[in-house]
Amino acid sequence: MAKVNIKIDGHPIEVEKGSFILEAAKALGISIPTLCYYPHMTPYAACRICAVEIRDGKGWSKIVTACNYPVWDGMEVLTTTPRVLNARRVNLEMLMSQCAPVPVLQELAREFGIDKPRWGTGEDTCILCGLCVRICDEVVGAHALAFSDRGIHRRVATPFDDTSSDCILCGACASVCPTGHITMEDIDQRTVIHRDLTLGPNAAISLPFRQAVPNVPRIDPQRCIHFTTGGCGICSQVCPKECIHYDDVDTFEEIEAGAVIVATGFDNFDPTPLKQYGYGRYANVITAEEFERMNNAAGPTGGHVVLENGQEPRSIAIIHCVGSRDENHHSYCSRVCCMYALKFAHLVKEKTNAEVYQLYIDLRSFGKGYEEFYQRILDEGVNVIRGRGAEVIPSGNRRKDEGPLLVQCEDTLIGRFREIPVDMVILCTALEARRDAKETGRKFNISVGADGWFIEAHPKLAPVSTSTDGIFLAGTCQGAKDIPDTVAQGGAAAAQAMKLLCLGEVLLDAAYAEIDETYCSGCRLCNDLCAYSALEFDEAKKVSRINPALCKACGTCVAACPAGAITGRHFTDDQIYAQIEGMLT
Amino acid sequence: MSFEPKIIGFLCNWCSYTGADLAGTARMKYPANLMSIRVMCSGRVDPGFVLDAFRRGADGVLVCGCHPGDCHYVDGNHKCMRRMPLTRRIMKGMGIDPARLRLEWVSASEGARFREIVSEFTEQLRRMGPLELKEIEFDPALEGAHHA
Ligand SMILES: Cc1cc2nc3c(=O)[nH]c(=O)nc-3n(C[C@H](O)[C@H](O)[C@H](O)COP(=O)(O)OP(=O)(O)OC[C@H]3O[C@@H](n4cnc5c(N)ncnc54)[C@H](O)[C@@H]3O)c2cc1C
Ligand code: SF4
Ligand code: SF4
Ligand code: FES
Ligand code: FES
Repeated sequence: MAKVNIKIDGHPIEVEKGSFILEAAKALGISIPTLCYYPHMTPYAACRICAVEIRDGKGWSKIVTACNYPVWDGMEVLTTTPRVLNARRVNLEMLMSQCAPVPVLQELAREFGIDKPRWGTGEDTCILCGLCVRICDEVVGAHALAFSDRGIHRRVATPFDDTSSDCILCGACASVCPTGHITMEDIDQRTVIHRDLTLGPNAAISLPFRQAVPNVPRIDPQRCIHFTTGGCGICSQVCPKECIHYDDVDTFEEIEAGAVIVATGFDNFDPTPLKQYGYGRYANVITAEEFERMNNAAGPTGGHVVLENGQEPRSIAIIHCVGSRDENHHSYCSRVCCMYALKFAHLVKEKTNAEVYQLYIDLRSFGKGYEEFYQRILDEGVNVIRGRGAEVIPSGNRRKDEGPLLVQCEDTLIGRFREIPVDMVILCTALEARRDAKETGRKFNISVGADGWFIEAHPKLAPVSTSTDGIFLAGTCQGAKDIPDTVAQGGAAAAQAMKLLCLGEVLLDAAYAEIDETYCSGCRLCNDLCAYSALEFDEAKKVSRINPALCKACGTCVAACPAGAITGRHFTDDQIYAQIEGMLT
Repeated sequence: MSFEPKIIGFLCNWCSYTGADLAGTARMKYPANLMSIRVMCSGRVDPGFVLDAFRRGADGVLVCGCHPGDCHYVDGNHKCMRRMPLTRRIMKGMGIDPARLRLEWVSASEGARFREIVSEFTEQLRRMGPLELKEIEFDPALEGAHHA
């Protein structure tokens, strides 16, 4: 591209021919006010607030709009002359005659010292910059908005002022509108708290979570405009490193590993089937996981504990053992809930003035420092009630200062049935095995217990090993546990794996199958039986051979050999016959 | 006194033996009629073992392996699954009721299931009564007789 030389406020700059004054000014760090300009769209010059003066150095000068006036060689631009300021002031006053309350205009008015616009003040909020219409056309590609009517009746509207079926609810118009004339609530009037807030980020492109590894944003194709309409593409335009490739596809990589640590974790129990707690029916009955998200500073409410209506709760009940220690669901104890429930109570006390009620069956504060923490939350004034939460019901016409949800339970320490009115209920749902645990177990040849957790080789002596050599377990995939235990087990699994790798050679088990070549008839019956291809046939000598490094000692071939040529070491025919004999005589 | 059958069990190391172990550590009671022999895989169970057990006085033989698809050695139990019906055919030929041989799948977590299988099989064998094998004299003179 050809280059031209221009000067802005006396500063020389070389820019591409045909580019606009505003871009050059930006490059020099000279600010020019704009209202209808947006970097990734064709300039439109509707607001005319970006007025600048241009000169050719020979006495000719003119006021132009910087956003859409192309540069030419030798152009001198002035951005602060009285003529420029006057032009901007007049334009601003005209905009204010229609839309005085708009904050951006108010701010500009202060800057320009306009107390009272000469042509009066209008109450409209749309300055007709056309950003919304243009972004929907040019960037999103949905074409859901347009200008309608003419002259003083000109306005932005959907066809026939109806709900537009072309609108994809992307919110681009609202985000680009400089005046706040278009808001998301107008587009989508759903209440936006708890359940409508996703647990993760809900932008089309975002970091999955703050500590994500790798720490790079990823695109959610369901929300991304480019993937839904083919439009937008703004992220690829703004990324200076050109990292965004919409045509990237998943690739599968094969990694050769000497050991594998399975740490696939747990799933959260879905409390919907426990109808008595009203999860899914009452918006302020939430799961512990949802509370964790709400409590997270990077979460959907920025770490504020709020009710569905956005207000701070006055009272919260925390129901323990939801789906745990329950014969109808999981008979085991999930181990972590008691302690995180106490943690929740502490956090609620720290962040709000709410009254907190813990409803427990048994309080299991088993770990180091845990009992002390329990004492501490008692001192903080948390109400601890021994009794399983029985039911959550609406409290009906009770007093206004009480919560609208009634938690019913039997307080077994005082032997009384109690009803506690609260604003919010948190359900401590069970930790359960991942729904794909069976499949994963099969992949790695790990046994899966009746409750879905992976089974370790030995509960005391080999807690991170599995029945398959080189496959280790860490964390909640092996059973419910908290973070300290998970980390300890992870460390142990890593050490076991390193032990294998550092050795540099594989120690063979003494148990493997051997063929006595003098008896082998070369029938090759055994050849296809071995799942590990340990058997090979020696064409020259017409006998089968076993590679002891590959043999896993299952003994399938041993049982099959019609010549009795194969011996399964440590499980020989003689040994087994002797056992049978010993048992039956 | 009621008849107490003798049962020889061949249990694969990874699922069934562990399952039996679980029944034990969980203090589940199952009949003492079963005497277990550990093999690495149900695929190791040579039909000869089964026949030898009957020859030596067992009233029943129980072979247990991992559920199909779960064999620690991929498909040893499939091999076993094919061998046992053939073994039953031989048993029939020898005058042994094929119902005296049972093949069951027991996973490492199924201690309770293991107990049920053993109790049920024991009960069945009690009803069937002791195995009686006829001693057949082998006459060398008959060898090759029908070829003649
Ligand atoms: C509400 C709540 C609050 C808690 N609070 C506390 C607390 O305050 N203190 C505490 O100590 N503990 C707490 N815990 C327990 C804690 O969450 C667990 O101990 C911990 O997360 C277990 O870690 P993990 O690595 O075993 O499993 P996870 O954290 O579940 O991680 C497993 C990972 O493996 C991935 N994965 C699964 N399958 C595959 C696969 N096939 N391939 C690749 N990746 C896969 C998953 O996506 C996941 O990222 C809490 C638990 C809950 C539910
Ligand atoms: S089955 Fe026995 S005889 Fe046949 S090839 Fe294998 S080892 Fe040799
Ligand atoms: S014992 Fe099993 S693993 Fe070893 S050679 Fe025979 S069939 Fe293969
Ligand atoms: S920004 Fe240039 S005319 Fe609106
Ligand atoms: S290992 Fe259990 S049947 Fe093969």
